[in-house]
Amino acid sequence: MSSPKYPGFDTLALHAGHSPDPATGSRAVPIYQTTSYVFRDSEHAASLFNMERAGHVYSRISNPTVAVLEERMAALEGGVGSIATASGQAALHLAVATLMDAGSHIVASASLYGGSHNLLGYTLKRFGIDTTFVVPRDLDAWRHAIRPETRLLFGETLGNPGLDVLDIPAVSAIAHQAGLPLLVDATFTTPWLMKPFELGADLLYHSATKFLGGHGIAIGGVIVDSGRFDWEKSGKFPQLTAPYSGFHNMDFEEESGTRAFLLRARREGLRDFGACMAPMTAFQILQGIETLHLRMPRHVESTRKVVDFLAGHAAVGKVLYPERPDHPDHALAKKLLARGCGAVFSFDIRGGPGTNPRQAGRKFIESLRVFSHLANVGDAKSLVIHPATTTHYRMSDEDLVRAGIGPGTVRLSIGLEDAQDLVEDLDRGLKVAMRAASPG
Amino acid sequence: MEALVAGKKAFAYTAAHAIDPARPTIVFLHGAGLDHSWWGLQSRYFGYHGRNVLAADLPGHGRSEGPPLAGIEAMADWVMALMDAAGVAKAAVVGHSMGALIALECAARHPARVTGIALIGVAYPMKVSDAFLEAAQANDHAAYDMETIWGHAAQVPLAGNPSPGMWMYGDTLARLARLASGVLHCDLSACNAYAGGLESAAKVRCPAQFVLGSRDVMTPPKSAQALAAAIAGARSTLIAPSGHSLMSEAPDATLEALIAWAKPLS
Repeated sequence: MSSPKYPGFDTLALHAGHSPDPATGSRAVPIYQTTSYVFRDSEHAASLFNMERAGHVYSRISNPTVAVLEERMAALEGGVGSIATASGQAALHLAVATLMDAGSHIVASASLYGGSHNLLGYTLKRFGIDTTFVVPRDLDAWRHAIRPETRLLFGETLGNPGLDVLDIPAVSAIAHQAGLPLLVDATFTTPWLMKPFELGADLLYHSATKFLGGHGIAIGGVIVDSGRFDWEKSGKFPQLTAPYSGFHNMDFEEESGTRAFLLRARREGLRDFGACMAPMTAFQILQGIETLHLRMPRHVESTRKVVDFLAGHAAVGKVLYPERPDHPDHALAKKLLARGCGAVFSFDIRGGPGTNPRQAGRKFIESLRVFSHLANVGDAKSLVIHPATTTHYRMSDEDLVRAGIGPGTVRLSIGLEDAQDLVEDLDRGLKVAMRAASPG
Repeated sequence: MEALVAGKKAFAYTAAHAIDPARPTIVFLHGAGLDHSWWGLQSRYFGYHGRNVLAADLPGHGRSEGPPLAGIEAMADWVMALMDAAGVAKAAVVGHSMGALIALECAARHPARVTGIALIGVAYPMKVSDAFLEAAQANDHAAYDMETIWGHAAQVPLAGNPSPGMWMYGDTLARLARLASGVLHCDLSACNAYAGGLESAAKVRCPAQFVLGSRDVMTPPKSAQALAAAIAGARSTLIAPSGHSLMSEAPDATLEALIAWAKPLS
């Protein structure tokens, strides 16, 4: 008998989680636009509610179309399963709410998407969950920030917006030594560029709105569990290892072992917080995932061309892309991101002597024709934004500096247009910025 | 439930119920390298439908202290010791794969204590390929890959999971990743070496139910025929299109087969 083989990434991206519809033969994933599901009889209903049988009850908890997306993402990431949520933010909240109570503490990278920073730095504080932010490449800072009440370490695979590369093997080792899981936001890398579970992460989530969908038409998130973290052994998570009166005194770890986190997240988090994904959204994101393996190489290829252009331009200061030797995480990126460092990066507009970088940045953005000025990344269309006045506007100056954001920092998300058109658009914008910023 | 069995900590899932001496008991026995949670849906169902359940973690698996036991017969005797520790005099025994061989041995060696057996995903002899054994002995990840891929029907990675949002391959690999080194090899060796199947089958006097997957490549249905023929009155249910992991690939059909088998035993 020859050694067995797993299906390849490209095949899973197209097929995992879905068999042709048994009722109609539909090859495409049907959109089960329904809130609820008819029980065969009362006994069947009771068994479904008590988790004695597999199946769907109510689309806030699970839905057949959404389940295809969930299984496909678990397959692509190498997890035990996943839960699709209303947004990436909902996925992060679901993870936190499943793992901890008031009085708990998180250690997080300071280089985060502004929305995540808001949730951890401000909103969760109101609910008694505190966060210490650390410079992601300072491993001692991660280690020293851990307290007895810490329940999670969290960072982005590529930090926003400076593309700090999270040293997942090192940070996960610190987490595991303390009996804690590492959660990563893998939105910028997608499973095509990096497999965080293979590097040591325990949980990950995506804003599926971005590269997974790729079309910019649907908001969604998905959280995936590796199933590798031993909650029982850690002893820090009674949410998963002690009887829960909110669900028939279920001990989730005893009940389901590797599936404990997802079981509680679905049966409590989706049930009670309700931030579920709509079936139409799941269908739309699935359409994107089917071509993820074709789109990501093109995103990266065009990004490299744009980065090279900007790095040689007189009006441009620092270009923060980990494939460049001057990026502080260049060596780590070569090790962890062999396929490339994604298609979102930032650079600083230098402007001329005595110019205001903030004004130069504004003129630059307003003069672009192909790039769209908006608050998103990971679209098939190229996007641009000025973080200091948009995504990160709530952050203090001190936090902005810690996150590597300056007044002239511009973030680009490179799409699938002709790369030469993108370069010419940027060149035109930089010339306008230089003229506008010139003292004369 | 935790108890001391042969001086070691042993665990069995009881569906959050205390053992009630007035109720009939079903013991669930997992396959090589796995644990009690492989029976999640089925054991929970019976636990909430009038039965005591003891879904065991065999020594060295899940929450039960090691080392793993070397030999199907020793495992069967351990099951009886677990029943003693739980205060259970008689039980029906359900086993999957290696667990099915243990269930068979329980019925043959301890006929007064076993009221029925259900053998799921079973074959006899349960020969394990040299490549699989060697990889397991070397604690090579290839052994986990073989268990995962051969342990499911070929269509599983490209098809939907009955349990919403779960990825069967990932779940199996995560489970195996928690094993102490040497446990899988010990289990596979026990299956490979087990030679008393037909003799034990001839001793079975309780109702026996075979539940087989039509697309099982690990224990193909035809490889259970001789064993089924050797047990007087044995019944067989073929579940299509399931592979070896019937409890997760076809949870409802597997449960229905067990409900039909268990009904007259009470």
